[in-house]
Order: sequence, then structure tokens, then C-alpha cells
Amino acid sequence: MESMIQWRTRLEETALAPVRRTSKRYWALVAVLLAVVGWGLYAYSIQLRDGLIVTGMRDRISWGLYIATFVFFIGISHAGTLISAILRVSQARWRTPVTRIAEFITVVALICGASFVIIDLGRPDRVLNVFIYGRWQSPIIWDVLAITTYLTGSIVYLFVPMIPDLALFRDRLTGRTSRGRAWLYRTLAIGWNGNAVQRRSLAAAIGILMILIIPIAVSVHTVVSWIFAMTLRVPWDSALFGAFFVAGAIFSGIAILIIVMAILRRSYKLHEYVTEKQFVYLGYLLAAFAAIMIYANISELLIHGYKLEEGADFHLRQLFLNDFAPLFWFYLLGGLVGPIVLMLIPATRNIGGVVAAAVLVTVAMWIERYVIVVTGLRVPLMPYEPADYAPTWVEWSILAGGLALFALLITLFTKVFPIIAVWEVAEDQEATIAPPHPASPAVPEFPAPVGG
Amino acid sequence: MDRLNGDPPDGRARDVLPDGALTVEPSTGRRGTAIGRRRVLHMLGLGALAVSPIPVVPELMRIAQSGRAAEPARGTRPPALTQDGRIRQWTMIIDLRSCDGCQGVGGPPRCTAACIQGHLAPEPMEWIQVFEEELPGGGSRFVPTPCMQCQNPPCNNVCPVGATFSTPEGTVLIDQDRCIGCRICMAACPYDRRFFNWGEPPVPPQARLADYSAEHQVPARKGTVMKCDFCPDMARAGTLPYCVQACPNRAIYYGDLEEDIATNGRAVVPASRFLAENNAFRWKDELGTEPRVYYLPGHGEAVGRDAFSPGRAATEWPWTEIVEGAETWSR
Repeated sequence: MESMIQWRTRLEETALAPVRRTSKRYWALVAVLLAVVGWGLYAYSIQLRDGLIVTGMRDRISWGLYIATFVFFIGISHAGTLISAILRVSQARWRTPVTRIAEFITVVALICGASFVIIDLGRPDRVLNVFIYGRWQSPIIWDVLAITTYLTGSIVYLFVPMIPDLALFRDRLTGRTSRGRAWLYRTLAIGWNGNAVQRRSLAAAIGILMILIIPIAVSVHTVVSWIFAMTLRVPWDSALFGAFFVAGAIFSGIAILIIVMAILRRSYKLHEYVTEKQFVYLGYLLAAFAAIMIYANISELLIHGYKLEEGADFHLRQLFLNDFAPLFWFYLLGGLVGPIVLMLIPATRNIGGVVAAAVLVTVAMWIERYVIVVTGLRVPLMPYEPADYAPTWVEWSILAGGLALFALLITLFTKVFPIIAVWEVAEDQEATIAPPHPASPAVPEFPAPVGG
Repeated sequence: MDRLNGDPPDGRARDVLPDGALTVEPSTGRRGTAIGRRRVLHMLGLGALAVSPIPVVPELMRIAQSGRAAEPARGTRPPALTQDGRIRQWTMIIDLRSCDGCQGVGGPPRCTAACIQGHLAPEPMEWIQVFEEELPGGGSRFVPTPCMQCQNPPCNNVCPVGATFSTPEGTVLIDQDRCIGCRICMAACPYDRRFFNWGEPPVPPQARLADYSAEHQVPARKGTVMKCDFCPDMARAGTLPYCVQACPNRAIYYGDLEEDIATNGRAVVPASRFLAENNAFRWKDELGTEPRVYYLPGHGEAVGRDAFSPGRAATEWPWTEIVEGAETWSR
């Protein structure tokens, strides 16, 4: 058996590899993503010039693809912080190779999501009015408060556990990298040298942060749902909405995490650390949340459908039978039932199956956000024919630009910062090899995957 | 081995550093700085509470500019008063018995047309819109629908910047100089009474002369929300709103609940008695929005309309003829 030191060196080399070597394919990817972002910016410049008339939105369906994408991005931001915090709190050891990626997804998704709100504004030039004239009565102000708090919190939560790894980069790369980078690592490592005092402080800081971040994350998606639930619209009139949105957020967050993990694992050869175990466990989590989502959908739709209050009849018909039926059925069968089936069948209980489930869920959850926003507004309020909404090329282009920005920021991040929490993985490994500390009881692990 | 979370603070195990664990920097000897770092880390963790509510900044900004948030929208004037100094409470009473959707005069509803002309409302805005509602037992009735001027206005509550606000006179106005165009008020309004300037609204020459006020919303501004404003500037000056003046059947009454009086331009009625004796109702009263617009049930029978003769002429906007290259859109 190889010694601990050899193992450790290999781990560090794996973490450092992306920063040391950059392939042509990487630059090709960056170029493609930049091109898509540029196209999105071009589309947005047209919208800035001509106004929201270039979108498919009109008075009756006055929110569309932008708001749906905003909700979607804020949803996947729960990948990170919430998942990694919950797994940290529950001391699930298998999480360690995954947490860093998850935390970065959070920060990037929040930045992308917040920009979609500004894109949706009729007067983006007046966005500062939100600060000058903001009123606490408005759900939008709750959102501004919650999202900025969450963004600050998750940047801190990304940074603090990264300090030892930044110090590693500082020590290993000084003299072998550009001066700017060396300065960056030196500054961000804030003098970390790994002595016992520092480590105790770090543990305390992480302990506080991970507890703190959970209520913040829950509050964020709750108030996002309240933008809808606080209006007098039948499809949105639900006390369940907050919890429903939070569950959906974690659900889509896990899915995005799985997809990003799979891509990074392949491109940066992380096979030794990000193993099938991580995928299958996240797959179980995904299936569990799919079950919660099914439950939430049943209670939501049954309560509306049983009573058939004014508007509910129209709403359920557009969901299940008419205009939105293909999208909604895909969401129900592909996005909610699909992942559970994939995790139940032993043959698909592997990386391929989990990634397939994650892709299904990601697409389905974007569709769900879209359907919630558009169908909610489409139920006629007065005696008029129901309006229709079809996003224009400008909206699709900006959506593509937003998704490309998300991918681009993550891609760039991998070239600057350690994508694996080296010290946490190492600790996990040591804890596995060494006999358990008598004072700390064995943490119940997830059951071993069958066939995995 | 040291685990970060959940260990009891026994300290012993944590202080022993096994070989190769974590980064070891040659400068460990500097004890003093280490304590400094420790402080920094402590503050990072505990200070998360202090760092996270960075959004408190907006509140501080607001306090710094406290005058601005409270100042009235541009052009709004002090409320109209009764002779003994009470604030007038504007109301509208629409007698559906006298509304035939202008079938009798042939052509689009006059109230809508006059409103469009008077307020220079961009196409396709119908601040007062004549809906045709099916009657439960068959047939239909026409319902002129202005902004309901709710006393519990769902739109006001949700506005993030206070661009839409209630006046002391009980009307709901929009300050298009402050509106950021987020459109949450449109999602919140249960009467479909809010309209957005999706494109550059047509500004006819006469509108350029107008001094903007939230009380008449001229000239219109791109990327902002508009709606019926109840013409408070005209009412204060003793003139009836455009829609009331234009109704050929005198179906619309405008008045003051404080003084308990209303008029359609011909008859003057005691408002509360008029409402009670004619079984007035409010649209979607069950929502609790407390509208200031009352309806007297009917289907145009007072002006000879047959409930089974459906249809009204489509509303028209003159702007494409008046303003060259005027931008229009559909609802």
C-alpha cells in the first residue's frame, strides 16, 4: 500500500493540474462560450434600444422567460451552499470532493440569476431606485435583501474553507506562475500556515457559517416564491408555495451539481476522488427530492382541482390538456418520475444513469419555472380571451447568453482556484484509515450503493 | 485525527499535527502573527453575521436621503377639500342599466375614446375598457371598467419603489418618473387594469407641452406602467373626467363620498342613498380590495338594449395618423 505522503502528493498534483496545464480545447470552449455571451449581449443591446417590445411579453402575460430563468438560477444556486452545508452538518464524509464545486455553482448562479431580474426591468437605468426608494412592504425588496445576503454569505462560505487550499497554491505555485497570480494566492491565503490555532479558528468559522447559511438559503427561495404567492392569482394562491419552491430549488441544485461534477471529473481527471459513490449518493438525494416534489405537486394541484374555484378549471386544463400539456407532462414524467425510475433500476444506478437523471431534472425544472410563471398569468382575470406568449429570438438569445455566462464563469474558476477541497479530502482519507476517534461516534454513512 | 466539525473541544487531538497534514509553511515560528491570523479567522466566522446583512446598506442610503423617499410625486397637488375642509373621497358609480357599449350610437365606446384622446393613451391602452360579460342565464351586459381605485390596493402593496401610491383622496396613482418597470403591480392587479409601455409610446405634439404629473400621466414614458388615474386634477378644478363627460347615455357618475354626492353631468344624486336603493355592487368584492368604483346592475335596458344583441365596435387609437412612426403593440 502506498504511503500517506504519496497519496497526498498525488491529490495535490490533481488539484494543481488545471492551473498548470491548459489545453487548446479549453481555450476553444472559452471562445465558444464568450461568443454566446457576446450574442446575448448584442440581443440585450437591442432590447435596451427598443424597449421590452422586442420580447413576446405583453400586458396580460407580463412576465415570461426572463423571470422563469431568474427563478431557475436562484434555484440552482441552492446546489451549492445548501447541499454542502447540509452535508457538512450531517457529517456525510463522501461530500468532501464535491463541496467546492457546489459552493462555486452557488455564487455563479446567484450572479446570473440576479442579472436576469435587471434584464427583465422596463427601466434598468432606474435600478438604483430600489435602494433609494425601497419599501419593505414589497416582495421584490424581500428578494433584493435575501439574494444579496445569500450572495455575500455564499462568497464568504466559498472563501473560508478554501483558505488552506489557497495556501497550498501559494506555496506550490510561487515562482512558477505569473506575479499577479502569486499575489492573488498570497493575499487570499491570508497568512495561513496550518498551525493548530489557525485550524481551530477555521473549524469554528466553518461551523458558524454552515449553520448560518442554511436559514438564509431557505429564506431566499421562499421569498422568490412570494413574488408570485403574494398576488391575487388563483394558480399562485398557495401557502405551500415557499416550501414547494425551496424543494424545487434543492432538487434542481443537486441536478446541476451532478452535471458540473461529471464534466469536471472528465476534463480534469478527478476519477480517483469524484467516484461513482458520489454520483450514486447524489442520485439518491435527487430521487428523494423528486418524491418530495411529487408530493408537493399532488397537494397543490389536488386542492385546486377538487374545489375548482374560479380560474382553477381553466388553469388545470391548460396544464394537463391544452397549451402547456406537453411541457407539463414532460416535467411530471421526465423530471419527477424519471429520476426515481432511473435510481430504482440497478442497471442505471451508475454514473451514466445519474447524469441522465440530472439532465432530465435540469431541463424539467427550467420548464416548471416557465410553466408556473406563464400559466399563472395566463388565467384570464376579466371577460377576455386568454392571451398567448411566445418568447422572441431576443429572449432566447439572452437566455443562451445567461447560460453561457454561467458555464463560462465556472470554466474560468477552475483555472484559478482549487476545484477540490484538498485538505478536506485529505482529512476524510486520514479519518477513514485511522481508527475512529474515541470521542467522536461513528457517523452513519449512506448505505453502500447496490451494484455501484 | 482532527475532524473539523462536531468534535468536543478536548483540544488534545487537535494540537497534534501528523506528518503531511495540511500545508506547512516555513514561517511557523512567528507566533505573534499567528494569533493575529487567528483573530482574522475568528472575525470572518463570527463576523459573518455582520458581513451578511450588507443589504442593510439600502436602508442606510434611504436614511441618508430620507427627504427624497417621502416627497410627493412630481406634479401632484394637495387634495381637494370640501367647503368645511374635509378631504374629498373620489368615487365612480357606473349604471349598467344605461350602458349599451355604445351600440346605440354605433362606433367604439365613447368613454374609452374620450379617455384615450384626453390622456393621449398609447395604443392598445384602454384605461377605461368596456368588457362584454356573459350573464349567468344567457345574454350579455357591457361593463365599463376603469381602475377600481382600491382602498386596499394589491398593486400598491407590492411596488418595490413606491412608484404607485394611494393619495389622501383615495385614488391610486403612478409616478412614471420613479417606476422601474418590474411589472409586479400588473401581476398583482386582479382587474387587469394596468398597462405597460412596451415600446416608445407615441407623443403627439400637444403632449410635449404638458407638464408631467402623475395626475394625468402625460407625456407617457417608455418602460413604465400606466392606468386610469381618476382625473383628480380635473375633479379638483370642478370638471368631470373625460369618460363621464363623453358617455352619451350618462351612465357614469363621478362624485365625492365624503360629501355624499355624485353626478353624471346632468343629475346630481346623494351617493350612498343612490347606491343602496339601486343594489350597487363592486367588482370582485370578495377579494377584499375595497374598490371605489360601484356598479348598478343592468344590461343596458334603460337605453333600450336587448341583452341578446352581443358585440361592440372595436376601440380605435388615432396615434398612427397623428404621430409619424408611432409605435403600437397588442395587449
